[in-house]
Amino acid sequence: MSTVEETADSHDEHDDDHHDHGEFIAHHFDSAEQQFDSGKLGIWVFLVTEVLFFSGLFVAYVLYRYHHPEVFVDASQFLDKVLGGINTIVLLFSSLTMAWAVRAAQLGNNNFAGKLILITMICAAAFLGIKAVEYSHKWDLYILPVSYYNYMEGYHPEAESGGIAGTLHISKWLVTLSMLPLLCLTLFSAGAVAMAATGKRLMAQFMLGLAIMMSGYFVGAFAGQTYQNWHEANLEAEEHAGDHGHDGDHAGDSIATGPDSTSERPPQIGVFFSIYYCMTGLHAIHVIAGMAALSWLYFRCLKAHFRPDYFGPVDYVGLYWHLVDLIWIYLFPLLYLIN
Amino acid sequence: MSATPQAQKLFGHAEENNYLKCSSGIKSWLFTLDHKRIGVMYLIGVTFALFLAGVFALILRSELFTGDENFLSEAQYNQMFTLHGAIMVFAFIIPSIPAALGNFVLPMMLGAKDVAFPRLNLCSFYLWMFGTAFLLTAMLTNGLDTGWTFYTPYSITTTTAVIYATMGAFILGFSSIFTGLNFLVTVNTMRPKTMGWFKLPLFIWSLYATSIIQILATPVLGITLLLLIAERVMHIGIFDPAYGGDPVLFQHFFWFYSHPAVYIMILPAMGVISELISVYSHKKIFGYSFIAFSSVAIALLGFLVWGHHMFTSGQSQLVTLVFSAITFSVAIPSAVKVFNWLATLYKGSIKLVTPMCYALSFIFLFGIGGLTGLFLGTLSTDIHLHDTYFVVAHFHFVMVGGTLTALLGGLYHWWPKMFGRMYNDFLGRVGCFLVFVGFNLTFFPQFVMGSRGMPRRYARYDPEFEIFHQASTIGAFILGIGILLAFAVLVHAVFFGRKIGGNPFGAASLEWQSSSPPSFHNFDHKIHMNAPYDFSAMVYDEEMDTYIQRDFVTPETPEVPAPEPTKA
Repeated sequence: MSTVEETADSHDEHDDDHHDHGEFIAHHFDSAEQQFDSGKLGIWVFLVTEVLFFSGLFVAYVLYRYHHPEVFVDASQFLDKVLGGINTIVLLFSSLTMAWAVRAAQLGNNNFAGKLILITMICAAAFLGIKAVEYSHKWDLYILPVSYYNYMEGYHPEAESGGIAGTLHISKWLVTLSMLPLLCLTLFSAGAVAMAATGKRLMAQFMLGLAIMMSGYFVGAFAGQTYQNWHEANLEAEEHAGDHGHDGDHAGDSIATGPDSTSERPPQIGVFFSIYYCMTGLHAIHVIAGMAALSWLYFRCLKAHFRPDYFGPVDYVGLYWHLVDLIWIYLFPLLYLIN
Repeated sequence: MSATPQAQKLFGHAEENNYLKCSSGIKSWLFTLDHKRIGVMYLIGVTFALFLAGVFALILRSELFTGDENFLSEAQYNQMFTLHGAIMVFAFIIPSIPAALGNFVLPMMLGAKDVAFPRLNLCSFYLWMFGTAFLLTAMLTNGLDTGWTFYTPYSITTTTAVIYATMGAFILGFSSIFTGLNFLVTVNTMRPKTMGWFKLPLFIWSLYATSIIQILATPVLGITLLLLIAERVMHIGIFDPAYGGDPVLFQHFFWFYSHPAVYIMILPAMGVISELISVYSHKKIFGYSFIAFSSVAIALLGFLVWGHHMFTSGQSQLVTLVFSAITFSVAIPSAVKVFNWLATLYKGSIKLVTPMCYALSFIFLFGIGGLTGLFLGTLSTDIHLHDTYFVVAHFHFVMVGGTLTALLGGLYHWWPKMFGRMYNDFLGRVGCFLVFVGFNLTFFPQFVMGSRGMPRRYARYDPEFEIFHQASTIGAFILGIGILLAFAVLVHAVFFGRKIGGNPFGAASLEWQSSSPPSFHNFDHKIHMNAPYDFSAMVYDEEMDTYIQRDFVTPETPEVPAPEPTKA
């Protein structure tokens, strides 16, 4: 037997050889415990690098807020606390299901762990859907990074683009952003059908799970857009109703009202949105990476790989997912809840 | 060498089962998870980067032979020194000792079969390939003329291929992070239970300290380069003063990585030297724990001194003062190491073979490089020396005189282990001599030039500097020939060298208990745990032409258990 085979994926091919050695213990480890400890230390160290990766942005944030506090106060009013808050809850809930999944995997309950991981995946996608609504709304208003920033008071994109079917207005940016998820959803659904048709039950189940995950995105986007439209309508109604718009009790109102606020807008407000897009964008990339990792776990749960002495991967991805959650927990107040 | 039963017992029976021969074909290398093969591939890769960037250096030096334009325009000159710097730093020096030598030696020194995450290890190597490919793409498309530091705002406005180059550095950064992560976990979890922290060879300690820096500093470079790319693509205004950004913030971010990165470059070199000095003096290393802790101290202090690159960038006076003071404090652990090496040499049984020659020249060159750093850390003299050839000479003494010398020394030390063959020691020493002489001739005049005001990065210069520049150029070619000879001797040994036994130098660390070259699993016999610097435990065995453990010579030695049956 050639030795190369043994270096390549010793997992799947050498089940018989390594029976006493445990199914998933790589050849260079002495015991399951050593492998688990190594993985655990590795993922913690990796999380440290992740924190430091974000640290640059946090330092930039602190620096600009220190130099231009008024920019941050003013600019954060453009961010929707409700959507941000919903997203926070969605991520917190996903952390709960993730932690639960780790416990289930630890008990060897692959079936239950898989379901919990699927819920976590749906939450992740829903988070991105809501985020897409937030992004697209800002892009509609030309609230962009500093060099493209061109927001004008009282500008209503709906007046130009018109709503779809007149009832639900959907930002054209949101449509653009949703293309890729739509493509994924189609592919996964088609894949699920194809696999089911050819009798590959496991793959069909996996593809179905991915399709369900992607539909989570559309649930999030739909909910977010509905709220957004309702909120816009409310603002407009208030605007029409009276001219006491900038009382200050409702932060969101003061943006769209009173032409006098134009002169007060600090010139460097765009830098805030540069930082906002960098931070939330990088976070979103991490969410997407998390979805990929969770999908892998889901697949392994379907294959019933985990048992009380082997559940490391769920634990490691879980830790990563908690970190992604935690970063959002910091981003939300720092960006949305100024004042 | 015939595999006598005794040799099999001591070094395993890997004659025909060594890691080089156990499988063949290009795929068995490209998809290998074996740390030894990955180390060898890294070695080939970084050597390629060294020669490429070395050629750039020679082109630069040739252009500078006279003060007028010879064959490079100013713009071409800017590109040439930038590529020299960027490729040397990111693609050569940073991965050189840890990823090439460290990969090969670290698991074996721990008596382990492999690093903790072999796939991640291979991934690191491919990231290195991709990152270097990006740097080369930058070179072949629009070039790069920002200097290796990518300072804003120039890097935002220049028309050269900054994005390719920064992507390259970004990817190389992740390669470095994963290597560091891998080594850190390996040292923590893959050691035998009986091997405590203070039984680790000092090379491991230095690699461990290096890993800490790689893990903590490199992500900051990652985000900085990402922001720079964003700044170039869509002007996010974080570094660009035209949009209210702060270019000095870029310098802070950049040096927060790049100063610790200097210690990524030098710490592994110090580890190599600790091994060489001890083995070739055949004497227990002096002040083991001091050397070990000084590595960690350098790693930690290295995070607190980045501001000394920015004394003239408009920091507050208080900050410059603090950074200057901490910079001086780094000299303490560095000097601790040098004193301990010297004390190890004292009354040792010194063998002036090639690796030892490199080690001794390291101490000399690193000494000069380190001491001239103090001139630059001193606020008043730095104002005068800032951005002159003095700085260039200083960091080349540390990077080339330090790291490259140690890399060559380490290669000569571990080469017989890696390929099972002995090099021509005489020619090795000639190479070392040429490197030493050529290096000093290249860079010593630069100290003089710099202190007289020759600015760095200038394509043209006044006639008064010509003599120094010419000496430097001649030296550079001698250095180039020396390095070429050093590698030629090594390559020659791979094919034509005399076959040697498992432990030709009488070293006591565990990697020498394997056969040369090691078997696929490193050790397919029981390892005899002994202290890494206990040379009295080693005796020379004429029959086998190698050093063996004294325990095995005495008749009452208990039989070692039969080697574990190995697959393959």
